[in-house]
Amino acid sequence: MYVAVKGGEKAIRNAHKLLAKRRRGDTSVPALTLEQIAEQLAHSVARVMGEGSLYDETLAALAIKQSRGDLIEAAFLMRAYRTTLPRFGYSQPIDTATMLVERRISATYKDLPGGQVLGPTFDYSHRLLDFALAAEEGGAEPSAEMVPALNEAMPRVTDLLGDEGLMEPDQVTDEETPVGDLTRDPLSFPADRDLRLQNLARGDEGFLLALAYSTQRGYGRTHPFAGEIRYGEVEVEFFAEELGFEVTLGSIKVTECQMVNQFKGSAKAAPTFTRGYGLVFGQVERKAMSMAMVDRSLRWQELGEEPVAPAQDVEFVLSHSDNIQATGFVEHLKLPHYVDFQAELDLVRRMRAEWFEKRRQEETGDAAREAAE
Amino acid sequence: MTEATHLNPDESGHAARQRIIATLAAATPEAVAEKYQAIETPDFELVRQPETGLVMVRGRMGGTGSPFNLGEVTVTRCVVRLATGETGSAYSLGRNKEKALQSAVIDALWQRGDARDHIETSVIAPLAASQTEMRETVREETEATKVNFFTMVRGDN
Repeated sequence: MYVAVKGGEKAIRNAHKLLAKRRRGDTSVPALTLEQIAEQLAHSVARVMGEGSLYDETLAALAIKQSRGDLIEAAFLMRAYRTTLPRFGYSQPIDTATMLVERRISATYKDLPGGQVLGPTFDYSHRLLDFALAAEEGGAEPSAEMVPALNEAMPRVTDLLGDEGLMEPDQVTDEETPVGDLTRDPLSFPADRDLRLQNLARGDEGFLLALAYSTQRGYGRTHPFAGEIRYGEVEVEFFAEELGFEVTLGSIKVTECQMVNQFKGSAKAAPTFTRGYGLVFGQVERKAMSMAMVDRSLRWQELGEEPVAPAQDVEFVLSHSDNIQATGFVEHLKLPHYVDFQAELDLVRRMRAEWFEKRRQEETGDAAREAAE
Repeated sequence: MTEATHLNPDESGHAARQRIIATLAAATPEAVAEKYQAIETPDFELVRQPETGLVMVRGRMGGTGSPFNLGEVTVTRCVVRLATGETGSAYSLGRNKEKALQSAVIDALWQRGDARDHIETSVIAPLAASQTEMRETVREETEATKVNFFTMVRGDN
């Protein structure tokens, strides 16, 4: 029998009030401002913008504050918010060659035009807790060294290799070719590289990191080198219909990673390096690298490789990379399943009854046979 | 129409207007508000109310290949018309409607011959200068982190 149940409104209301109180915490401690979060938790903000697939630092800071620092919950809030806004259109593709570079490193060339520029990085730090930060209260403001900039060009490493013909060229489709958009059409398979890159760009950092790591440990090896990682500001340009020309909307910060991988060649084409590409909002280097490695793995078919590992399985990777979808399905298990479970209870009770009945029959059968013998 | 003397003579077609819109877009809401309050506000009407929406940002595969969709940005736009007939537009990242409105009015004023010089010198030039300065600071701080490799030469004996 199915019985509709209502209730819990008051409990839910009170739970949310309690959450609000707990979220605020001890009121003798000052509340966080959005500026503090945006300025001082920049990596959290970048992750929420990337996985929320919406670049807006103040909104991301608000989402982090509201979610008590639960970054997946914060990305979820961003995704929900974006559905309330109209879409003006698509930008011109950003040009990472014109980036105001804050960091640019290559693990393949020591002396490359523009040089190795470390920028703000955790690399080479000793990972020792800095207790001076714990005591920080009106202490000396950190300052950075400044050196007159040479403003040298910083060509992409892949372009340098390309000039020598050692790198597979980027394929360029004509202007008319439609570009897949997951926010317009749900993911379907087979998925071309445009959809794959969009999916990875908003995918979960931890999931992509684990997959990239698996390729290094032998599950679909691609022999990657970090050809180049660059981080900085790029301008976003948009064609304004009513003006009839392109306008610059402002700048966003992105991290780009070019992985250089082992060779491809055929009877017709000489061997060249192959490429994996990562591009993400904000300074999220770990994810940009992971994305580039997974992108390369997912290109196995195009490059004539054998699919042997999870990181090469397009459907597996793309279907499980989105942490908003994943958390929705995992966490929905918390919601009432009383009726489903009632059916399961009935079923398991019936199965047990049948099992005990069968055993009783077997025992009486055995006993009868023994008696007969 | 008086030509602003400091206008780049190479700016042709829409280049000058693009520069105005871009400079206003790159400025903080506080900076635009400060400049707006310092100018004489003309009579204007709203052609398109300040409106916040999304633009899907595209990247290119490998940096130079086919486009793909990276993720969205919030954008606020606005169109105004001055009583004198000029139409001004604003497009900027973020959700600040006041900034969009003020930027559109400044853009419209810039198109009015008698106001262009003043807008260039009192609004656009200082905003552009502070933006250039901020970029230069980033460049100089970044330059200080450039690696200078040196090779240790080992003698033969």
